[in-house]
Amino acid sequence: MYFRLHEPRILLSWKVESGYNRAKLMSWARRYSILVGCSLGVGAMVLASSLGSAAEPALPPPARERIDFARHVEPIFKAKCYACHGPAQQMNGLRLDQREAALAGGYSGAAIKPGDSAGSLLVRMVAGLEKGKIMPPAGPRLSPKEIGILRAWIDQGAVWPESSAPVATSKPAVAHWAFRPPVKRDPPAVRQRAWVRNPIDAFILARLEAEGIQPSPEAPRTTLIRRLSLDLIGLPPTPAEVDEFLTDNRPDAYERLVDRLLASPHFGEKWARHWLDLAHYADSDGYEKDLPRPHAWRWRHWVIEALNRDMPFDQFTIEQIAGDLLPGATVEQKVATGFLRNTLTNREAGVDREETRLEQLVTRVNTVGTTWLGLTVGCAQCHDHKYDPITQREYYQLLAYFERAEEDEIDAPLPGEIGPYLRALPDYRRKRQELLTQYNIPALQAEWERNLRDAAANPGRRLDWDFQFTSFRVMVDAGEKMLHTPLEERSERHQRRLTDYFIRNPGPDFGKDKELMGKLKELREKLDKLDAEFPALSQAPVLVENPRPPKTYVRVRGDYRRKGVAVEPRPITWLLPAPNDAPPNRLTLARWLVSRDNPLTARVAVNRIWQELFGRGLVLTSEDFGTQGERPSHPELLDWLAVEFMDRGWSIKQTIRLIVTSATYRQSSNARPELESRDPDNRLLARQSRLRLQAELIRDSALAVSGLLNPEIGGRSIRPPQPADLEKLGYANSVKWPESQGKDRYRRGVYIHFQRTVPYPQLMNFDAPDANVACSRRRRSNTPLQALNLLNDPVFFEAAIALADRVLREAPPRTEARLEYAFRLCLARSPSPRERERLMRFFNEQLDLMKADAKAAALYPAAGGADPAEGAAWTAVSRVLLNLDEFITRE
Amino acid sequence: MTWEEFQRIQTRRSFFRQCACGVGTAALAHLLGLEGRTLAAILPRDNPLAPKQPHFAPRAKNVIFMFMEGGPSQIDLFDPKPALQKYHGQSLPESLTKDLQLAFIKPTAAVLASPRVFKPAGQCGMELSDWLPHLATVADDICLVRSMHTDAFNHHPGQLLLFTGSTQFGRPTLGAWVVYGLGSESQNLPGFVVLTSGVGTSGGATNFSSGFLPSHYQGVLFRSQGDPILYLSNPPGVTRELQRASLDALRDLNEERLQATGDMEIASRIAAYELAFRMQMAAPELLDFSDEPAHIREMYGVDKEPTRPFAVNCLLARRLVERGVRFVMLMHASWDDHSELNKKLKRNCDITDQPAAALIRDLKQRGLLEETLVIWGGEFGRTPLAEIRKPEEADNAGRDHHPMAYSMWLAGGGIKGGQVVGKTDDLGLKIVEDPIHVHDLQATILHCLGFDHTRLTYRHMGRDFRLTDVAGHVVKKLLA
Repeated sequence: MYFRLHEPRILLSWKVESGYNRAKLMSWARRYSILVGCSLGVGAMVLASSLGSAAEPALPPPARERIDFARHVEPIFKAKCYACHGPAQQMNGLRLDQREAALAGGYSGAAIKPGDSAGSLLVRMVAGLEKGKIMPPAGPRLSPKEIGILRAWIDQGAVWPESSAPVATSKPAVAHWAFRPPVKRDPPAVRQRAWVRNPIDAFILARLEAEGIQPSPEAPRTTLIRRLSLDLIGLPPTPAEVDEFLTDNRPDAYERLVDRLLASPHFGEKWARHWLDLAHYADSDGYEKDLPRPHAWRWRHWVIEALNRDMPFDQFTIEQIAGDLLPGATVEQKVATGFLRNTLTNREAGVDREETRLEQLVTRVNTVGTTWLGLTVGCAQCHDHKYDPITQREYYQLLAYFERAEEDEIDAPLPGEIGPYLRALPDYRRKRQELLTQYNIPALQAEWERNLRDAAANPGRRLDWDFQFTSFRVMVDAGEKMLHTPLEERSERHQRRLTDYFIRNPGPDFGKDKELMGKLKELREKLDKLDAEFPALSQAPVLVENPRPPKTYVRVRGDYRRKGVAVEPRPITWLLPAPNDAPPNRLTLARWLVSRDNPLTARVAVNRIWQELFGRGLVLTSEDFGTQGERPSHPELLDWLAVEFMDRGWSIKQTIRLIVTSATYRQSSNARPELESRDPDNRLLARQSRLRLQAELIRDSALAVSGLLNPEIGGRSIRPPQPADLEKLGYANSVKWPESQGKDRYRRGVYIHFQRTVPYPQLMNFDAPDANVACSRRRRSNTPLQALNLLNDPVFFEAAIALADRVLREAPPRTEARLEYAFRLCLARSPSPRERERLMRFFNEQLDLMKADAKAAALYPAAGGADPAEGAAWTAVSRVLLNLDEFITRE
Repeated sequence: MTWEEFQRIQTRRSFFRQCACGVGTAALAHLLGLEGRTLAAILPRDNPLAPKQPHFAPRAKNVIFMFMEGGPSQIDLFDPKPALQKYHGQSLPESLTKDLQLAFIKPTAAVLASPRVFKPAGQCGMELSDWLPHLATVADDICLVRSMHTDAFNHHPGQLLLFTGSTQFGRPTLGAWVVYGLGSESQNLPGFVVLTSGVGTSGGATNFSSGFLPSHYQGVLFRSQGDPILYLSNPPGVTRELQRASLDALRDLNEERLQATGDMEIASRIAAYELAFRMQMAAPELLDFSDEPAHIREMYGVDKEPTRPFAVNCLLARRLVERGVRFVMLMHASWDDHSELNKKLKRNCDITDQPAAALIRDLKQRGLLEETLVIWGGEFGRTPLAEIRKPEEADNAGRDHHPMAYSMWLAGGGIKGGQVVGKTDDLGLKIVEDPIHVHDLQATILHCLGFDHTRLTYRHMGRDFRLTDVAGHVVKKLLA
């Protein structure tokens, strides 16, 4: 039995007609709901039918007289609309104080349709005919008479004389410092010229001299080499490297050390990490299902290699945003677009695909905004930016670049993969096909596909297939497209994806056939075995242009369901105009970003390099160069560096070299009590900063000094041991953590598999970002959970044992010498007499205890084949060293 | 306050707080010489976790949030809809269903009347399902809300909205905001503790993250197996004496470095290690239920199945609150009954009903309920319409996500018990009285704790953020 019931809007509008105050509206809204409550009664039917076409009467009638804009309409606009739709702000893109802007409308489209007042959004909004809204939202509403005037004006053609637009039309000039191009000024003159090693120092020293502050002395050489090693390659120096540096008397010993470190392949590992933070790289989808992304690492691999080769930052940018659009794009250039593939994917079966798609686009725009422009463009997703002059329209114009792209996967072989792959391919294809045929898959799959297509076309017919189809759609990216591509036109990759999915999810009909299910399981095992034996190519998630891109719309209030006006791809032109003849694609956007005239990109990039080397950027808010961000501590230096960076061909390594060879960088990081109140945050840089290491580097350091580290560069992610069952925190036990075996357990932290919903605890304890949004600077917290982590995590305890073992094996067999060696392994320097004495006392206490208690000593795995008590005592000492504040700090 | 200011103050403050607690007095002496200032000049009134005063006199000091992940069916538990019987198995007219946001089913799905029997409970006569017999015995202490609504109709976004006030990632969660605002009364336990039973949740760690707040405020997960806190136990062979001796050596060596560098961060590090050690001592005592009398254990159902896992967490929640932990979050997953509703819902009720009711009763008899706000509920509710995945199986029917109208209950500090707030229409589709958005719930929770939700803010990315985003109204009707 079906009923046609009225819509709430109709009832409301009917009531509106006879004097619409809010209380009455509300009482009617309630009444309506009550009607729904008894909705299946006859009364409601009668009422409904009697109101069937009551929409129009809701509006007050148009005024009868001839309307003059300036005399009748403008005063209404002024009194009730300009506050939000006037010169100061234009909510939802609508501006009513200028003729052209007003007639063009806002983000929801035209507001005024000359000749059609009842169809004009302006009238509908002030009359409260739009669902849940009435304009103005606060303060006195428009009277029926006023609405009548607006109606008449519109019906009479919305005549708006030119002279009635007295307000200035252009946007106020952009005065904010970061929106003006950087200017390279000569370094200032300073009194203590001897201190200046390069122009950076002149800028820093000039300020210090003006404040009457002396810079700090240079740090000791052991501190310098440890600082440089940790900053440039993220690993502590070995005692041999320290000795070499200490005994190198050449005047350029320091520069040589810098060059050696910049050339190390570990450089890319260290400097990639910050870039991965910005890209919010992870090895899983995020959201509820949080499926692993087995190929995500391929882009990380690209980043490490690109940094190691010192790919110029402009090229680095272009390839990651639009590598696929470069003429004759190489596989590696396509792999680079993986930057944009770190967006989350929600595979909850009930998601609205459109919502997920839009969210990914939004994330891409926001990430690019933070990474290159240092702007919080994301604020403009729902409304014009409140602080920076970015409009909501401009936001969606940026988004349009990404809406023209779609996701894809490609073969992205690493060196050495192709030969074996091609040799084995014919054999593999044949074997796979044989298996598929043997199990009658082509016919079964065809039937399954028919059912899915049927469910797609006729939802509601078979509930079990509806569910099957919904799951299929969210689990197989672009699955619907594959499904509707005829078999003969499908790529091998797509066909294989469908077959593999089918074999695992054969649907409700086959699902009942126990025998068939058994067979499919058998086939799965055989195919898995075949795949395991077959040399595969690495795969990469990439972005490609969509040949039939959807149109881009402003989304009203950022709501994916509410399409506003259509927009075309366009950069933020008030920042820097776009070249006229450039095609509206990502390549144009990328080139716009790294144009020499873009005032932000170079500044933002050098500021981040500075941040990595001093612990804070010249602009503290490295993610926000907008008006709400902090102003630079040394604006001239920032500009000088930005231009220098571009002049040096956007070379990251050269810029790092320039900074670390400055006297400013080489200062001691010791606190300056006399400056504590004047410069508590060390903005003036009268010293270096003492910085706790990042999560990954803490792991790397422990592995390195204990000799466990596997120094392999690049490649797949690893899963180090973590507490049992930790992954069960993930949704419905779906997250798995197959622990890495052998040498893989000891790879660097940058390679740890990042499972978004259940991240590796050591990373999180030490402030690694959660990989859900771009992170431009990490925290450095100091918590008891960190203490527990370093003291008791088996990974660190294993390192303590290995360190003891190493000391016993490698150091001369005297306690003093062993202590010295262990200390130098961990901290690069020798212990002070007091430190030596304290450690010696601890060692001797432990040795006595362990000797007295053979059982206790035996609990330690024997270190170094030495006597168990000695091994245990050295393990205890090692554990203390690995927990020292200094060990996890770069001084 | 910005992160930087915060960090700067915190470094000093947490150190001196620890000093004041008798730790590292030697370091303190060094420091005083080093800084050349008197203790009084630097010693702060507060530190990140020290108790703080809210905006006005609070009604509750602590919060226990029983998060029923997945969306429990209000139609079968809290909000009786006899009218559904009449249309059971039929589709509703399009006009009624066209606004529904459905995750899986189509608007034409058939009505699924609840087979449950509802009975008035307590003096107040609140109608509750026969599957909640224990809750019925504390009906006069709870405030049942039948008019909750939310904007998100998928789990993870819904959970983000419930706990962070936004479906975007990166915001702090309710527990983090509360500890940020109030600090913690506990010297040796985290201020925000998370306990789980059942399977993992859709939101995972994002449900108790500190977001952009400092990580001191993040929820610390107590695990039900192995160490209650990650890495709480010493490695094999490391005795308590060795741990202490190691920490002594560590402290002395760190103090040496503190003297050499003058970096106050080292003082914080020393303090953090001492707090870690105290946690190691305190946690076993916390988890040792041997001092709980038999009748208490029985009341919760600690020693029997299927109540055990949730009962242990409820009892633990009480013990945590007793020890000054500010915010305890119990997560039970999953109530996401798309299919086999009758079977699965029964099971979850069998697990959770008795312990949850026991917690209310126990808190009350100890006088703790007055100062503890207890909340029970999920990220959304379930449809009055059926979801049927296997049409051929009887009793396969379940219900889909329903964000437009669902139920939760609250009790304790600041809440008026023994009442039902809000009303849905006869079919349970929409709210007809007193709609309460999750932002309103958040505003009300903060109100009970003494906060004006619009003033509990943190500056990030150039603007002040708050839990309730740009919305939220305190729901006076819920308040005592």
